[in-house]
Amino acid sequence: MRNWKQYIGIIIPLLVVAGLLLYPAITGKAAARETAFTILKAIALASSLNILLGYTGYVSFGHIVFFGFGGYVGFYLLSVQGVSLWICILMGGISSGLLAFLLGKAILRLRGAYFALATIGVNEAMRAFINNFDLFGGATGLTLNFKAYQAYGGAAKALEMAFYIVAALAFLALIMSYFIRTSKFGLGLLAIRENEDAAEVMGVFAPDAKTWAYVLSAIVPGMIGVLFFFKNGNVEPHDAFPLHASIELLVMVMLGGQGTVLGPILGAFAYQGMRGYLVTSDFFKDIQLSVSGVLLLLIVLFIPTGAIGWLRQRAAILRRILA
Amino acid sequence: MQQINLLLASLPDGILLGFVYGVAAMGLTLIWGVMNVINLSHGPIIALGMFGTYLIFNKLGVNPYLGLFLVAPIGLLLGILIYTVAVHRVINAPHLSSLLATFSVNMIIIGLGTAVFTTSPYNVDFNMGSVSLGSTTLLGTRLIAALAAIIATGSLYLFLYRTRPGKYIRAVANNRAAAELMGVPSSRILALSFGLGTMLAAISGALIATFFPFSILSGGSYELKSFVIGVLGGLGNPVGALVGGLALGVLEAVVPAFMETSWVPVIEFGLFILVLLVRPNGLFGAKQ
Repeated sequence: MRNWKQYIGIIIPLLVVAGLLLYPAITGKAAARETAFTILKAIALASSLNILLGYTGYVSFGHIVFFGFGGYVGFYLLSVQGVSLWICILMGGISSGLLAFLLGKAILRLRGAYFALATIGVNEAMRAFINNFDLFGGATGLTLNFKAYQAYGGAAKALEMAFYIVAALAFLALIMSYFIRTSKFGLGLLAIRENEDAAEVMGVFAPDAKTWAYVLSAIVPGMIGVLFFFKNGNVEPHDAFPLHASIELLVMVMLGGQGTVLGPILGAFAYQGMRGYLVTSDFFKDIQLSVSGVLLLLIVLFIPTGAIGWLRQRAAILRRILA
Repeated sequence: MQQINLLLASLPDGILLGFVYGVAAMGLTLIWGVMNVINLSHGPIIALGMFGTYLIFNKLGVNPYLGLFLVAPIGLLLGILIYTVAVHRVINAPHLSSLLATFSVNMIIIGLGTAVFTTSPYNVDFNMGSVSLGSTTLLGTRLIAALAAIIATGSLYLFLYRTRPGKYIRAVANNRAAAELMGVPSSRILALSFGLGTMLAAISGALIATFFPFSILSGGSYELKSFVIGVLGGLGNPVGALVGGLALGVLEAVVPAFMETSWVPVIEFGLFILVLLVRPNGLFGAKQ
């Protein structure tokens, strides 16, 4: 372990997730597990989005479409076909990745705001389509028979298991994020972010690199979707493709610092924490959305690089620690 | 035959509605054309326009069409305020910044609006009679709304092409740096353009409120429609927005005659993505 400092960029994020994993066991409260679940889910989704947004520089306003689509495919297999949860989660990831591959081939040709608009369109089109798609239950969605939980040792055990799976998926998202960031492929993505035309001249084949970044950023959200709806016991078009959730993810990545491994984690923490506080506080609960809006505006206007970016600019030593 | 009757009944309505959609989209596309900002606070401002009509008619008892002369300047000032506070600092930043800045304005308006009006639906009980044309009946409110939309479009056109500030706006849209070198006060012109964009959104909201029920959240769906229309007509092209609005109104009238109404958004957004991919300058825009 002579070179442990070299890996500090991944050690800190992994420690954070490990802490969250142990947090419910330490406090011993059931509510703590719910909180930790929400934060871990946010970390996994935000880290995935970061691959596209932070590294490649493409703003996706509809990233939740992968969460919803993967979730729907997995949940359909789980509730209607009775396939085991593990395979369903895998299928959720694969189907989301496949969707991203096909979509990427088409819409990644668009740049800047046009791409952002197209992703909104994709999300809304998918929501409207699923609303009419009878196989997936149409507007009423699908419901999981309560007996399905028996296979995993009852509902209580199943919920506990879901928590460990979400932690594993958060680990997966982080490791993926870190390896992409430190790989040659990731370097190509960063080059595309800075200047796509110049990157192509330097030998990065942008269309492929972008498509793979899109695919990689879609897989974990698809898996999380299956898990989330398994835990909820039902899925509806309305819950699966909420446009505002996509934007919440953007806010998290932005808050923590886009293009860094630790940033989305910090952002997910800060955003969920702030939201939890505002919703429950007596003073803010009626206007919590406005307060979040003001905070977001202040960050966008004054700290556009996010918390990690800001810290990195301030202290040279942190530049090596905070990947 | 039944379908043709259905079409004849719904088509004129769709066309009238299309004009009103067009005005909302024109606001969005004007802002995009001048400063390359996608205004994500467009929807809540449409909703505020709706509540403007509600307050003016239900509380003050003033005719909603007269109320437009109050809603419009308030919309203009609100837009200038939003530009100054939220947009001006990020006007040259990457797209994500301006998208999130306008979205934070969206959150602020929705949050305050929810606290004041709650999210329950409101209704303006206003009737202008109806006109019968053969088998179709046209509501008076929709006829007048379409007329008001055409007047708003005409005024915008005259303003942009016949007045000095309008020419400044076109100059800034064309090339901001060059306009500045020619002595155009570009910051003020950008603020004015943003104000005009939100004014059009508020006007369309005020018109929609005369015939549809609404809540503080209903702006969102009209915002999405505005995106679709803006892309159909070519982002940055105000006249294209009106034509795109008509196209969407016709589409919404025609599709239910052949399949279930719930398929309308699938076709709308499918078309939206297709047009973005194939003709990013819009169906009526110049080829790249």
